[in-house]
Amino acid sequence: MTALLERPMKTATPTHAAPPLDAQTTETAPPVPPSLADEEMVLEVRDFCLWYGAKQALFDLSLKFPKGKVTALIGPSGCGKSTLIRSINRLNDLIDSVRYSGDMLLNGASIFGKTVDVIELRKRTGMVFQKTNPFPMSIYENVIYSLRIDGENRKSILDETVERSLQRAALWDEVKDRLNESALQMSGGQQQRLCIARAIAAEPEVLLMDEPCSALDPIATGKVEELIYQLRGLYSVIIVTHNMQQAARVSDYTAFFYLGQLIEYDATDKIFTNPGKKQTEDYVTGRFG
Amino acid sequence: MVWLTGGGLVLATLMIAGLLLLVVFNGTLTFWPKKLTQITTHAGMKYLGEVSRSEAYQHDGKPAHRQLLRTANFDLFGDHFKWISRHDVARIDYPAEAWTVERQEWGLFVGFLKEVRIDGQPVSQTFAELHGPARQRFHQLKSMEKNEIGEVNRAIEELRLDLRRIELKRGKESPEYIRAVAETTKRETELQAEYAKLGAEVTRLRAEDARYTVVLAEVNGQTKEQKISEIVRAYPANHLNLLQQIGVYASRWWEFLTDEPREANTEGGVLPAIFGTVMMTLIMSLAVAPFGVVAALYLREYAKQGPLLSAVRIAVNNLAGVPSIVFGVFGLGFFCYVVGGGIDQMFFPEKLPTPTYGTGGIIWASLTLALLTVPVVIVATEEALAAVPGSMREGSYACGASKWQTIRRIVLPRAMPGVMTGLILAMARGAGEVAPLMITGVVKLAPELPVDGHAPFLHLSRSFMHLGFHIYDVGFQSPNSEAGKPMVYTTTLLLIGLIALLNLSAIYIRNRLKKRYVGAQF
Repeated sequence: MTALLERPMKTATPTHAAPPLDAQTTETAPPVPPSLADEEMVLEVRDFCLWYGAKQALFDLSLKFPKGKVTALIGPSGCGKSTLIRSINRLNDLIDSVRYSGDMLLNGASIFGKTVDVIELRKRTGMVFQKTNPFPMSIYENVIYSLRIDGENRKSILDETVERSLQRAALWDEVKDRLNESALQMSGGQQQRLCIARAIAAEPEVLLMDEPCSALDPIATGKVEELIYQLRGLYSVIIVTHNMQQAARVSDYTAFFYLGQLIEYDATDKIFTNPGKKQTEDYVTGRFG
Repeated sequence: MVWLTGGGLVLATLMIAGLLLLVVFNGTLTFWPKKLTQITTHAGMKYLGEVSRSEAYQHDGKPAHRQLLRTANFDLFGDHFKWISRHDVARIDYPAEAWTVERQEWGLFVGFLKEVRIDGQPVSQTFAELHGPARQRFHQLKSMEKNEIGEVNRAIEELRLDLRRIELKRGKESPEYIRAVAETTKRETELQAEYAKLGAEVTRLRAEDARYTVVLAEVNGQTKEQKISEIVRAYPANHLNLLQQIGVYASRWWEFLTDEPREANTEGGVLPAIFGTVMMTLIMSLAVAPFGVVAALYLREYAKQGPLLSAVRIAVNNLAGVPSIVFGVFGLGFFCYVVGGGIDQMFFPEKLPTPTYGTGGIIWASLTLALLTVPVVIVATEEALAAVPGSMREGSYACGASKWQTIRRIVLPRAMPGVMTGLILAMARGAGEVAPLMITGVVKLAPELPVDGHAPFLHLSRSFMHLGFHIYDVGFQSPNSEAGKPMVYTTTLLLIGLIALLNLSAIYIRNRLKKRYVGAQF
């Protein structure tokens, strides 16, 4: 595990990956440095602005997130990374003072359109939070929560979902004998992987991760990072992180935000080795932020 | 500062501990068999009884001391207690053959067993030999009167009600009514015959029972013939070894917990009161929990926070400060007369003018108490709801759950331990409350329990007995309050114990919920 942590930069060969979960997942590494232009896109943000009351937090963002890849959002605190990610599943709607303009398209369908059913939208996305938040119920029920609220009660489907999700979240072997125990008894790292299993149980079109490792110790962080790395190809992941090594290790593309604006967005290798903008370089080399 | 705060705590603890100690000490000692003291005065008068307490007083301007002797034998003397000044005492004895006799009626008798009689003739059998079978006969008689004769009476009453129902529905001239009258008369004659048969059987048993008597003599020689079956318990008070003392003590406790009261509640058991208290508390909890939780859910989750909501919150909190008797009056006026009266009009018109629900009953008392304790539950639930981590709610929303799904599946289970805390507080408050009960359904002596073997088994309209009211009644309303005083302590002890038990079980449930829903976030 420490080897993984010390790895300075993500290399193009993911051969170090822990036991392959799925044959297709491991061969995502392209032979040449990836380019956004070649990617199929899952989510498109169009001229998106957002205000908290009178204060504008996001300024005319326009960017596209690739399908089946991991995209990292980096930037100093308060730059709007979390706000952006929480706008994708409209979790910001819960805050009364939020207003926005512009739109986003998830696989071509509007997110902020007037006729959009927010509940349906959220079912198409999965989210993992900074603070681990397993629900006060058994491990089993946690994983199938989104199926339950959809009224799915067929045991075979539920069982299958639990096993598949937990296996993809690299948690199955640890908990398969105690699926009916409370999820609150697990360790923090296990809880976070359970939250990931829960988020992918409904096969979301995009998986949003809001600093998923910031509350975890290094070992648990390593496990979760490895897991994120393995999820590429299966899911389109958008991850917010404060940890630049982490962004470098797990992501294919990286977007750098500063004060609510998108400064630079490119392949991770490029951002970290040869950034196009001075601000980006200053930030990734630790000169500010 | 540490002394001030520590001192405050010590003072509060001491007061509570002192009160508890007083109750526990007096409450546990009540049933211990006391010695019988025989006092001979200078004037040659003899008194026999249990020393109940002593005090200092002024006699002719000089300090003096006197003892209160429970001389009992109310049927002979006309009082239960006698003050005897120490300077009058010539001699104190503890006669070995003195007996304490607890009777079904007239209270205690202290004196001597002179002879055992059958058919008025002295016999060689001892009292102990005859007492067991005599008590059996007594219980048999009582159960016959209560169950079998009660059954016939119930059937006759039912017939009358059926007839009245038909009369109200069809009118007096209708053919149905005329047919029903004929049928009822026929059935009633049968029942009357049955009644007469049972009555004869009871009379026969009574006569048989009256053959066995014991002659009791008080200390000055006056005698009284007493039916053996009407003696609850008798023991030679000065002649008991420790084991026998424990036996009397245990038997009194057993009677206290499992029997009905006698002697205007000052003796016998409190089972109906225990039953009433527990049942009322449970019905109250069942009513207050959903009501309070729903109200708190609206206040916390749905209502728009603002000045109006703050006003509502303040009003709810103030509701907790309204004198409980006001709730009682409201309960009487609204529940008993308006709601209960309405139910009677609609469902029990044949019983009118005798009210069924339109008078005090366990359901109305419970609902009144639920109203009284609902602020406690609302406040506790609101706190618990506020304490549910926002991250959990967000997690649920992010999974595509609606607001209600989030509340039902995440927020409520997580808040459940807090809700239980509120319920525990409400139960403790409600079970100890007396004033509002006095006018909404509690009675001194309830003839029937709210639960019995007759459909619909649960009779929520019945009045009931309550330990709190029992304490008040025995202590302050009884004609013989001096004798009732020890019972006040014992009943208080029981009430405290009962509330503690109810609370402990609620705490047990809460801890299990906590383990399940809150867990240990390391």
